[in-house]
Amino acid sequence: MSDLPLEQQIASTPSMEEAIARAERAEQRMYLLLFAPALLLVLLFLGIPLAILAFQSFREGDSFTLMHYARIFQEPIYWRTYYDTLEISVIVTLLSVILGFPLAYAAAVASRRWSALILALVMLPFWTSVLVRTYAWLVVLQRRGIINTTLLNLGIIDQPLSLSHNFVAVLIGMLHVMLPFMVFPLYAAISKIPAELLQAGHSLGGSPAYVFRRVILPLSAPGIIAGSILVFILSLGFYLTPELLGGGKTIMVSSLVQRNVELYLQFGAASAVAMILLVTVCIIFWAVDRVLPVEKIVGMR
Amino acid sequence: MNSWPRLLLWITTTIVLIFMVLPIVIVVIMSFSNSRFLTFPPPAVSLRWYEAYFGSPDWMDATWNSFLLAVIATVVTVPIGTAAAYAANISQSKMVRRLQLLLLTPVMVPVIILAAGIYMVYAQVGLVATKTGLVCAYAMMNLPYVFISVLAGLRSFDMNQEDVARSLGVNRFTAFMKVTLPQIRPSVITGALFAFIGALDETVVSLFIAGGENQTLPRRMFMSLRNEIDPTIASISSVLITISFALMIMSSLRGKRAHAV
Repeated sequence: MSDLPLEQQIASTPSMEEAIARAERAEQRMYLLLFAPALLLVLLFLGIPLAILAFQSFREGDSFTLMHYARIFQEPIYWRTYYDTLEISVIVTLLSVILGFPLAYAAAVASRRWSALILALVMLPFWTSVLVRTYAWLVVLQRRGIINTTLLNLGIIDQPLSLSHNFVAVLIGMLHVMLPFMVFPLYAAISKIPAELLQAGHSLGGSPAYVFRRVILPLSAPGIIAGSILVFILSLGFYLTPELLGGGKTIMVSSLVQRNVELYLQFGAASAVAMILLVTVCIIFWAVDRVLPVEKIVGMR
Repeated sequence: MNSWPRLLLWITTTIVLIFMVLPIVIVVIMSFSNSRFLTFPPPAVSLRWYEAYFGSPDWMDATWNSFLLAVIATVVTVPIGTAAAYAANISQSKMVRRLQLLLLTPVMVPVIILAAGIYMVYAQVGLVATKTGLVCAYAMMNLPYVFISVLAGLRSFDMNQEDVARSLGVNRFTAFMKVTLPQIRPSVITGALFAFIGALDETVVSLFIAGGENQTLPRRMFMSLRNEIDPTIASISSVLITISFALMIMSSLRGKRAHAV
């Protein structure tokens, strides 16, 4: 391991060289051995399930078929759901950039104390279970939820508004879960921008909008990309919040997978739907990997 | 920056922060309501929903199960993830580097796909609704967090220290335990926290593969949320929020590594 000069001196004899090579091979074997349990865990409990999904998606009874994929393109419920999933994921991503940017920027320019407070207030929901947060939105938005009961009691409305079990409720709930995933990478990128650059921009006569467009935005681009990819991909496969706030309506692809497995026992159909989602995610990761290493995006979680 | 963009920035920030925190605050307040209905503010303060939670054998069983499974899953995940991070950190071989990416796949694949796939496999081999099945699934899902966190710790650790210990005559394992581990402890603990809270909160995979004697808390909460809003969920949520809050403070006191990776 350690390349001491002494070692090199000894290594000049051929038998020693051989011994060192042998030791090195043993070393490599040990690393692989240390790596093996983790690898096995992923292969057994992720690799095999994915392989089974891929297999099932081409299977009906005892023969191979493309019917499960054909159905996705033929039946409106399937491709509509894909379309809605894409649409809602894009909206959630855009909204989280728009709402997350000011937050991350404020945290980056604020004094130490304020910055810590802002980040802590983003961190608290981030650490809270998604289920609990979705429940919180149900409490606020439902038919007999806080907004409706309050408005009814105040006599402002006589019929409860339908705030939950629809597209907007799903959007609000998802945004709440996704925002921290946007804020953290954005904050990391923005806080790296040297303050002198902004001062220079201003003192040279740039308007705030100009400095924002020409200095802040380009320099925070890696954060925006990392956050957007994370939010978009997590949104595509999001199940809990859309399912609960969507009130049993099939809004997202994830619900389609769940219903086909648990309700209709259509493993072939479920697998085909899942495979298309998986391939979509893989393509996105592959494309993004050329701009920003995947390790970096995932590591930011 | 002149004053009005600054004002706009702070107004937006405040509104978004309220959006983030308010629902959580409301749930905590509602958990102390004496009413069955979601009247806000609550008509009177009571602990009836906490009594309903702690007094119900069903809820208590699910809670205990979830806690136990999370502890076992953490105990399994941390050594496996740490060993892999150790190897990834020193090994020069290209293969290990490439395999490294494979270890990150559990966080890249959408959870619903994991859930469906694992369910289909478990149904064949009889692992549905078993502790073994659940622990293995949780361990696989949280492995990347432990791996990333420990790897970050090792990267900032000077491996020569371990070599020195070895040259002084202790074996590699002892050198790791006595010299390296104490110094990378914060990142191992952060990884363990992630693994624990990840297993404790896991809902989607549990929906498919938990059940029967091995019911978990999030699964039971989900089932009950789907039917009707039982205010007991508010008290359970408040307990979970308190746990998250405590863990968050613990992890931020332990060096801010996790999010700075």
